[in-house]
Amino acid sequence: MTKTIAEINEKIAKGQAVVVTAEEVIDIAKKKGVARAAQEIDVVTTGTFGPMCSSGAYFNLGHAKPRMKIGGGTAYLNNVPAYTGFAAVDIFLGATAMPDDDPRNKIHPGDFPYGGGHVIEELVAGKDVRLVATSYGTDCYPRRKVETLINLKSINEAVLFNVRNAYQNYNIAVNLSDRTIYTYMGVLKPHLGNATYSTAGQLSPLFNDPLYKTIGIGTKIFLGGGTGYVAWQGTQHNPNVVRTDKGVPKRGAGTLAVIGDLKQMKPRWLVGTSFIGYGCTMTVGIGVPIPILSEEILMYTTVKDEEIFAPIVDYSDAYPQRRPDILGEIDYAQLKSGKIKVQGKDVPTASLSSYARAVEISNILKDWIKKGEFLLTQPVAPLPGPESGITFKPMPDRPFEKID
Amino acid sequence: MNIARKIVLRFPPRLVDQPIIYRLVKDYDLQFNILKASITPNEEGILVVELSGKKKDYDEAIRFLAGAGVEVQALIKDVARLEDRCTHCGACVTMCPVGALVVNTQTRQVDFLESKCIACGLCIKPCPVRAMEVRL
Repeated sequence: MTKTIAEINEKIAKGQAVVVTAEEVIDIAKKKGVARAAQEIDVVTTGTFGPMCSSGAYFNLGHAKPRMKIGGGTAYLNNVPAYTGFAAVDIFLGATAMPDDDPRNKIHPGDFPYGGGHVIEELVAGKDVRLVATSYGTDCYPRRKVETLINLKSINEAVLFNVRNAYQNYNIAVNLSDRTIYTYMGVLKPHLGNATYSTAGQLSPLFNDPLYKTIGIGTKIFLGGGTGYVAWQGTQHNPNVVRTDKGVPKRGAGTLAVIGDLKQMKPRWLVGTSFIGYGCTMTVGIGVPIPILSEEILMYTTVKDEEIFAPIVDYSDAYPQRRPDILGEIDYAQLKSGKIKVQGKDVPTASLSSYARAVEISNILKDWIKKGEFLLTQPVAPLPGPESGITFKPMPDRPFEKID
Repeated sequence: MNIARKIVLRFPPRLVDQPIIYRLVKDYDLQFNILKASITPNEEGILVVELSGKKKDYDEAIRFLAGAGVEVQALIKDVARLEDRCTHCGACVTMCPVGALVVNTQTRQVDFLESKCIACGLCIKPCPVRAMEVRL
């Protein structure tokens, strides 16, 4: 049994496609068997909704009168600095950028109430934000300062462009030390007081296509409540990790770089986020449709929480010191039960990624496809798989001679 | 013996223009720190204050307030959840010391059991989207 994306799209266009979520497919395949399920199901939808720091957006602001070269100058949106190293009026705002006068961790743990992710959320909600930009003035771009309100309707392009999202698996964070620590994995209490994790498990996009057989460059996706595309493999894409028999990685592995028109996204799915003592970021909603091209592809989508394992990592010492030690592996069914055992101790678990919202995303995407509003795309190039030889490089210190 | 208490004072409309707090300082030698104040014209005034001073003076001041028609209440903090902000991620559940924030295994949403909440505030800052807030 094989299908093509073109055949599936014909069924979608006629409103006849059979679409189920990555949660629903588990029981269907169990009842009907993989062969029959693969024949009947056309698309399996996935979803994930978690903090994703390597996110951001670029904007073309339009030209002021007289003209101003913001490129090479400074630009702030609601006091949050944006990157200006482009042409005159293109800027990029990163999710973790924060106001210059934010006290950071001067009084530890810092609060980090507002940053780039919050600005993006406000823009997507249709609000005005304050643009303050300065520059040095040229003959063709004489203006040196602008202070104006902008919103998504008033500017030319607004494009969400996240260079690393949808991590295929992630660490379980714990704290072996005797003090509370404040990390990007949340507040970790001393002496294994809690454990945090951050994936949707069986619903997460790349767990359902573990060897990247359907998701590739050009795959159309649910992004931030609108549609977007996979632009490239994400940064730190690392397919060469230890995997289960079914190919499911047991460590952080593949990632996606994604892109989409911010103007059609929704604030429910791009949420400004703050980690006490760490910084600010943005929680991003992503859903990827998986075309059931064969029994093999269907089989991958039947992956269950109890078949997905993640490493337990001590964030008080091993992680900051970049030591590879892990304290064991635990499956997601146990993580979601609310309690795991680490070094013989019962440790309560907490998720940073919302499973309830991941379910909602997979259902929205299912509805779009069922109604014929969302057609699948054929990737123009695959993501690098384990055969690519990609490795995840650290950064060694190479001192250089300092010239005064 | 010195004491410090946080209390809520409700002023009926007829007392809104009276210098009540001045009397607390002048007649009862109390220090005050206003935590919150709101006065609605023709309605009541609400003042949340911390009063400190000698216990004897404090007790007399409270009697004066009650006698003047001011309603006096001990301050109880409330923690509330901004429902449209909460993403039900679950980051708060291991912060709560009394199990007032729990993942519902059926809905996978985080249930906030307000009757269990002791308003300690430990969930406020660890919430990544800052959906929990203290209401006075």
